[in-house]
Amino acid sequence: MRAQKWLMTILATGLAGATPALSQTIYPINRAEILEGSRFDFKVEFPNAPTSADVAVTINGKPAAEVFGKPTAFTQNEEGQKHSALWLRGATLPAGNYVVEATQGANKATVKWEVFATAQPRRAKNVILFIGDGMSVAHRTAARIMSKGWEEGRFNGELAIDDMPNMALISTSGSDSVVTDSANSAHAYTTGHKSCVNALGVYCAKNALTLDHPKVETISELIKRRNTMTVGVVTNAEIEDATPAAMVAHTRRRSDYNDIVKMFYDVKPDVIMGGGSPNFLPRTTPGSKRTDDLDFIAQFKTAGYTIATTKTEMNAAAAAGTKKLLGLYNTSNVDGAFDLRLAKKGSIAKFPDQPDVAEQTKAAIDMLKSNEDGFFLMVESGRIDKYSHSLDWERAVFDTIMLDNAVKIAKDFAGERNDTLIIVVPDHTHAVSLVGTYDDERPGQLLRDKLGTYADAKAPNYGPLDADGYPTNVNTSRRLAVVFGTYPDTCDTGRPFMDGERVPAVKSADGKTNVANEADCTGPLATRKVGNLPFDANSGVHSGDDGILTAMGPGAEKFRGHKPNTYVFRVMAEALALGGK
Amino acid sequence: MQQPILLARLSRRGLLQGLATLALCEAVRADEPATISFDGLYKSFGVLGFQFSDRATSMRGQEVRMLGYMAPPLKPESHFFVLTREPLAICPFCQSDADWPVDIVVVFMKAVTPMVSAGQKVAVSGRLEIGSAIDAETGFVSQIRLVDASFHVA
Repeated sequence: MRAQKWLMTILATGLAGATPALSQTIYPINRAEILEGSRFDFKVEFPNAPTSADVAVTINGKPAAEVFGKPTAFTQNEEGQKHSALWLRGATLPAGNYVVEATQGANKATVKWEVFATAQPRRAKNVILFIGDGMSVAHRTAARIMSKGWEEGRFNGELAIDDMPNMALISTSGSDSVVTDSANSAHAYTTGHKSCVNALGVYCAKNALTLDHPKVETISELIKRRNTMTVGVVTNAEIEDATPAAMVAHTRRRSDYNDIVKMFYDVKPDVIMGGGSPNFLPRTTPGSKRTDDLDFIAQFKTAGYTIATTKTEMNAAAAAGTKKLLGLYNTSNVDGAFDLRLAKKGSIAKFPDQPDVAEQTKAAIDMLKSNEDGFFLMVESGRIDKYSHSLDWERAVFDTIMLDNAVKIAKDFAGERNDTLIIVVPDHTHAVSLVGTYDDERPGQLLRDKLGTYADAKAPNYGPLDADGYPTNVNTSRRLAVVFGTYPDTCDTGRPFMDGERVPAVKSADGKTNVANEADCTGPLATRKVGNLPFDANSGVHSGDDGILTAMGPGAEKFRGHKPNTYVFRVMAEALALGGK
Repeated sequence: MQQPILLARLSRRGLLQGLATLALCEAVRADEPATISFDGLYKSFGVLGFQFSDRATSMRGQEVRMLGYMAPPLKPESHFFVLTREPLAICPFCQSDADWPVDIVVVFMKAVTPMVSAGQKVAVSGRLEIGSAIDAETGFVSQIRLVDASFHVA
């Protein structure tokens, strides 16, 4: 969350990311795995602004231009900065191992790339990638207890996300940091490249403008360029938000929402669904967040899209055989399952007919499945992460159950066809853990007195399940105790937040730091906690813990052991045979 | 476009409250400008845009008074701040994935003024402007503004 500030600081001081100040920098970076035939921008930056005569760039010992079969362009003092740059936009390479050397005087920088081919014939007709944003092991365990029930050490059922034949631990680090954000981590899934915090579809070079950095091709662009598959992007976050944006976007700054809407229009996924409508509206429309007069609702309509703004309209479009849909159901994020079903807070009053992620998934598959060449669908349950930032674990777990229901719909579609690869994976994790149960019947006056651990961690007494597997009451006398490892100054209540999403901290009077939200500090068990995060944090942060991936269908057998997040792209590209000269 | 029934009800109630407050204010202080509430600004609030209420439209260019919360300001002294319906816990100026609520009112002061603590309820008086505008200095886009304004802690 603080990454924007970090980026601004860097831009202001003219330094560049984690790059050592005085060596040549080559993009794509060392150990890049590149799909054969996929497009990428090749860039080498030379410090101290040398002339072209002072530098040499070779690939496997030959001049770069010769290997690419296209001329490179050299710019001294790029953008007036103190470096020179060699560029080739839109490069491609045949499969093989490459050693790239950039020489400047006595200094030589070397990177190695693996360009990988994909075997024919194509093994999967369809790929469905489910991303549980921030989904960690405790979300999963709590969802299983809440949704399936627990007795005598066994669960009374399996989650659809657990009941899959293949599993792997996925590491989510970016090239710049151990702990990354949702932009860069989703980018790894959609491009196969490791980049830095805040980046989508680009490497993080020294360019001043966010849209100028070296680009890599996204899986949506590859599919649209190479074959006739349909593509769907479904989320309950804003559609311009990091995870869905990673399907189409190329920007160093994930908050370039207006540019990202244009990138959606340029790539034209067949089904686009989420929140975040204001960035589609021309600035003259009340409620717009655009700074220009572009009307993307009108443009998508002209391009043959049906527009849906409610669940009713979405289902009507799917029933009518619509093949191209832009579904925007909220001005901000679509409300999560906890508010849609139980609390009715958030923006339910303003937008009373929003679909949930499971309903969106069903409609999307119905619209995409008739295509003879198959489809690629990315579905995000985006608020598992957002509610974990706000330390509101019940809301995060309800949205984990919602993801599970969406995966069940995909598994029912895949059935016995054996032509659909289904992957379920978080993009990163949170420091969240299930440690026992809070029991109001326990003696004592403090929240910690009410915490049953070990032998006293009894089963919760949540209300009965509804038809979709959600408990109908979670504000009961014995509740799961789920704790977060990172927090600002805050007050714990040990109870679900029935009056709206938790706000753990607010700005202090001086406007510089964050302090506990006093609204949570007055209840009978309210417990004040001194934060363990830097003072500018107002919510929990991501963790660097590995995430758990489960998968089924053709190609899924490759998931085992521990893999980097870029491997997810590779398995999908191989299953769809997206490589080729 | 959706026309949420509940919102319409809330709006009417808000309007009635506003009118009641207005009547009270006129009885007590004849020089106070007419008050308009956040709910009273809009007659519909949909995914594809909002419509301003007839009352808000009719008050364009007039002095009005609004109650709301001062969003965390960019600087301790400023000529403008953002007025929100509910207190904002976060500072959308400060971080990348926080975004403004869609129904904000931007307040441009008569002069550079010391801001109050974030989250304070304030009463603002100023001339009501409606229509898309981009602030030349900050690039901030707004649909509805109070200009030549002043405020006090409510």
